[in-house]
Amino acid sequence: MGLMDQVELPQPVKYVFNWGRKYSLWCFNFGLACCAIEFIAASTSRHDFIRHGVIPFAHGPRQADLLVVSGTLTDKMAPAVKRLYEEMPEPKYVISFGSCSNCGGPYWDSYSVTKGVDQIIPVDVYVPGCPPRPEALLDGIIALQDRIQNESLKDRMADRRKDPITLGADAPLALGSSS
Amino acid sequence: MSDLDTKERIQPATAPGEGIAVQFVGDADFPTQDMSVSIGPAHPATHGVFRIVLELDGERVKQATPVVGYMHRGFEKLAEHRDFRQIMALVNRHDWLSGFSNELGVALAVEQMMEMEVPDRAQWIRMLMAEWNRILNHLMFVGSYALELGAITPMFYAFRERDDIQHLLESATGGRLHFTYNQPGGLKIDLPKGFLKESVQVSQTVRTRLPDYFDLVLGNEIFQGRTKGVGPLPPDVALSVGATGPTLQATGVAEDSRVTEPYLKYGEIDVEVPVGENGDSFDRFYCLLHRIRTSLDIIDQIHDHMPAGPVNTKLPKMVKAPEGATYVRTENPLGQLGYWLESDGGRTPWRLKMRTPSFSNVQTMPYLMEGALLPDAISILGSVFFVVGDIDR
Repeated sequence: MGLMDQVELPQPVKYVFNWGRKYSLWCFNFGLACCAIEFIAASTSRHDFIRHGVIPFAHGPRQADLLVVSGTLTDKMAPAVKRLYEEMPEPKYVISFGSCSNCGGPYWDSYSVTKGVDQIIPVDVYVPGCPPRPEALLDGIIALQDRIQNESLKDRMADRRKDPITLGADAPLALGSSS
Repeated sequence: MSDLDTKERIQPATAPGEGIAVQFVGDADFPTQDMSVSIGPAHPATHGVFRIVLELDGERVKQATPVVGYMHRGFEKLAEHRDFRQIMALVNRHDWLSGFSNELGVALAVEQMMEMEVPDRAQWIRMLMAEWNRILNHLMFVGSYALELGAITPMFYAFRERDDIQHLLESATGGRLHFTYNQPGGLKIDLPKGFLKESVQVSQTVRTRLPDYFDLVLGNEIFQGRTKGVGPLPPDVALSVGATGPTLQATGVAEDSRVTEPYLKYGEIDVEVPVGENGDSFDRFYCLLHRIRTSLDIIDQIHDHMPAGPVNTKLPKMVKAPEGATYVRTENPLGQLGYWLESDGGRTPWRLKMRTPSFSNVQTMPYLMEGALLPDAISILGSVFFVVGDIDR
């Protein structure tokens, strides 16, 4: 990032800069399991997160700003996720989509499942559900965009991802799982 | 022989439109280098985390080795720690595109062991749901296979229909992908009021939109060019590896357990089984697309048959299957799904062995890819329809 992460930008510049960043989130979908289907459903015509400025056509992790981990992460797969995350350029954001990538979900007692993607990479937004509805992903994206709008890049780089957003944490019943 | 010599033997076209007279060079003349390419585990064409290692000679595949296990979640072991009602919520997740058909298999197995009588209405509703689920599954592959061959639009078309059907199923079951609608002895709850009317409407809508796929994808010249004659599979090879579903039907074998070994009420209705001729990628896709149409025909017949009555039987507080074992096979959207359920009389299964269709279908991959060109390998990979969770369990 060069100078950006060392110098605090003036407020008007920061506002425009963050406004530009939050509406051009090139998204790399790490589709692992069932949740990937709901991710695709969120990208197609009915839910259409492209209208929120999330572009799901990143050619690879090197061109992406946002990583959406959707599905069960197994111990065999974990190194690949870690590596793809490290290939992404800063500043990068991670949405953990679905119970499996949040905490292991229905496979909490399985011998081969990683209990949460946050064990290997830092997560910005947790979206609960098994699988979450496409609307829940939209909610997660908007929560992430609010954070991007209000953040200072300097602070973020200095103090990265110590306080993730957990959707519905303050109102536990507001966002139930879809099934 | 140097590269220059090779170039000289390729004669340029004399005029535009006139075919270029290219003398193809064989292995002996043109030096190629062996290369090992690993497709996956994170590759868009594998729709999931399937990995296949290709040994290439130039652009030609010498050997293809599927590497499975990136999505192994230990279903068979986990099922031993859930009781007979809870495993429904577990098994509908291994093939995440056909949740209802999976839980149906386990429900049938448990009922068979407990010798339960399932009410007629429950059986017809199960068939209705299973056929809707089959269409959901096939639409996903219609979209994703076209996407792998470079066409984005069919995906949006497919999800237009999928959203309608998911909305319909959600009104009855409460789930969009994982329904958990079965329980031993029947269904959780009856259909909501007006469901059948809406189901008829959705069935008509999907039927009127179906020609879009036939014209847009199947009739597309580029699609035909990339799939016709690519990856032909003879029936004996398909049978020897245990391939089922569209992969087997494309080779001309009309095997479908809804017809050959009917369960539920499939014996009382007409089930048409589409078959292909050459077993190539085009035929596999053709069978898949036609199975949507036959499923719609079945749904229309079910609408006419739907009886009234209860949808479940009273269950004891603790569902315990008697000691013994049973095997149930059902026609999942991608092929035959078998559950071997063994019980020691306790409240959890002693062993639940799965025979999943995707795992067997993927076994055809080394045969199909041998000698294919690398771009054709993607066409083959997409045409052997599989769900990674169904391979690895």
